[in-house]
Amino acid sequence: MISKHVEKMAPSGIREFFDLVLGMPDVISLGVGEPDFITPWRIREKAITALEEGVTSYTSNQGLFLLRDSIADHLKTQYRLNYKPDKEILITVGVSEGLDLSLRAILEPKDKVIVVAPYYVAYPALVELNHGKVLLLETKQEDNFKIDPKKLSQLLKQNPKAIILNYPSNPSGATYTAPELKKIWNLLAKKELIVISDETYDLLTYGQKHICFPSLAKSAKEKTILLNGFSKGHAMTGFRVGFACGSSEIIQAMTKIHSYSVMCGPVISQVAATEALLAKKEVKTMKTEYMRRRDFLVEELGRLGFSVSLPQGAFYCFASLEKFKFNSLDFAKKLLVKEKVAVVPGLAFGKNYKKYIRLSYANSLDNLKEAIVRIERFLKSL
Amino acid sequence: MDQILEILEDNARLSIEDLKKLTGKTKKQIQSAIKKYEKKGIIVKYKTLINKEKVKDYQKVVALIEVEVNPQKDVGFDLIAQRIYRFSEVKNCFLLSGTYDLLIEVVGPDINTVASFVSEKLSPLSSVKRTATHFMLKKYKEDGVVLVKKDKNRRLPISY
Repeated sequence: MISKHVEKMAPSGIREFFDLVLGMPDVISLGVGEPDFITPWRIREKAITALEEGVTSYTSNQGLFLLRDSIADHLKTQYRLNYKPDKEILITVGVSEGLDLSLRAILEPKDKVIVVAPYYVAYPALVELNHGKVLLLETKQEDNFKIDPKKLSQLLKQNPKAIILNYPSNPSGATYTAPELKKIWNLLAKKELIVISDETYDLLTYGQKHICFPSLAKSAKEKTILLNGFSKGHAMTGFRVGFACGSSEIIQAMTKIHSYSVMCGPVISQVAATEALLAKKEVKTMKTEYMRRRDFLVEELGRLGFSVSLPQGAFYCFASLEKFKFNSLDFAKKLLVKEKVAVVPGLAFGKNYKKYIRLSYANSLDNLKEAIVRIERFLKSL
Repeated sequence: MDQILEILEDNARLSIEDLKKLTGKTKKQIQSAIKKYEKKGIIVKYKTLINKEKVKDYQKVVALIEVEVNPQKDVGFDLIAQRIYRFSEVKNCFLLSGTYDLLIEVVGPDINTVASFVSEKLSPLSSVKRTATHFMLKKYKEDGVVLVKKDKNRRLPISY
């Protein structure tokens, strides 16, 4: 009944672990991949007003022009990027749909796509669903989970159709400086390939400026599909609204698929997103909070003996269990059962990351403190 | 505002150790900053926000009183404000622009006590021209904290 390539996507051991967490009450969870803030009130209020006014219809396939126009403005002021709202921006149902559309629009069966590991789980899954082949580019903790240009050159010899970049990264929190990105771009520029740059966490970069990939060079912009959205920086995960920017040719192709598969993004979410772009103060407040919690968590994990590098963005720590001689799935299960603290085993982000766990600091300071007390007690009991 | 102040304003119970971890500053830097703030009167007091409506044996009446006064030569409103805020019944006292001058918050065990404070202590002051007393019925939000209903956590406990 089920198509072979979907059936092949077997749920991993992770799924069982997730079910275990979901079935357990009163867990302190550092396993959540979304902000702990509720969407700022001014954004919610905008959505409520729109509903009251009866804004409930379809929008154009590409999305509300006002939103596209505001996104174009935002990218211009933030990154000096010029995208035409009528042809080069598409509103998607979260970044997830943007990623799926990008791959669907460009991949032929068996085309190769470079995925940087540790990766966000959807990358390899969607490449495979679109009949592509994943080329894994694994990064190491000693490089702060950043791409090693030598390894990248090696993989480029296999003539991939695309590379998926994600920075700040989920799960590692790694991000790049301008010189580092230029080095990567110099290698990619020589190749006929498309860069899919998922910059969902761009607004959550700490202590350095986020460099948007298409802003590196005119030619970089031509080859890049920029994916972003409102879920993380604006705490709007449930609104499901994202956007894709790229050459008119690619965006029109993506719009074609989008118009048949989802028609358009939810109108209320699109209206709310226009307000989100004005909520600069609220975004800044949340970012400041995350940064403090990051500093707290990294310091405490270090004290407990985890090896963890300071994440420069997003809201995750990717900590090594090397010292505890534990594989992360066992560690996570035991920690959950004994102390009711949930973390995500590194296995979820690549098969060679079994020694890591991902901990989210999108949590109140009280919760983080209590989690640390429990983890410490757990480690002592080993 | 310095982040030490920002953090303490939200949670004064955090230890120096916690502040160290949150700000990346050294213990010494934090201690001397706090001392400086205390000395300069920037940090005035460390207090606890209590939702009194939930305290069973706490039955007090709160009134906000608008006070119109005659300002005095050279000292303006300061002297009359001082005259008023020195009463222990007065919990808060602000000078405002607009139709009246001082807004004071008075707390007492019952309506009668507050009423007699107004009629016997406040109104007879020669600089006080007029007062209007508003009794508080319910507190929804205090110091930026919503008291009536906590936002529920609706996140799935685990997700990518």
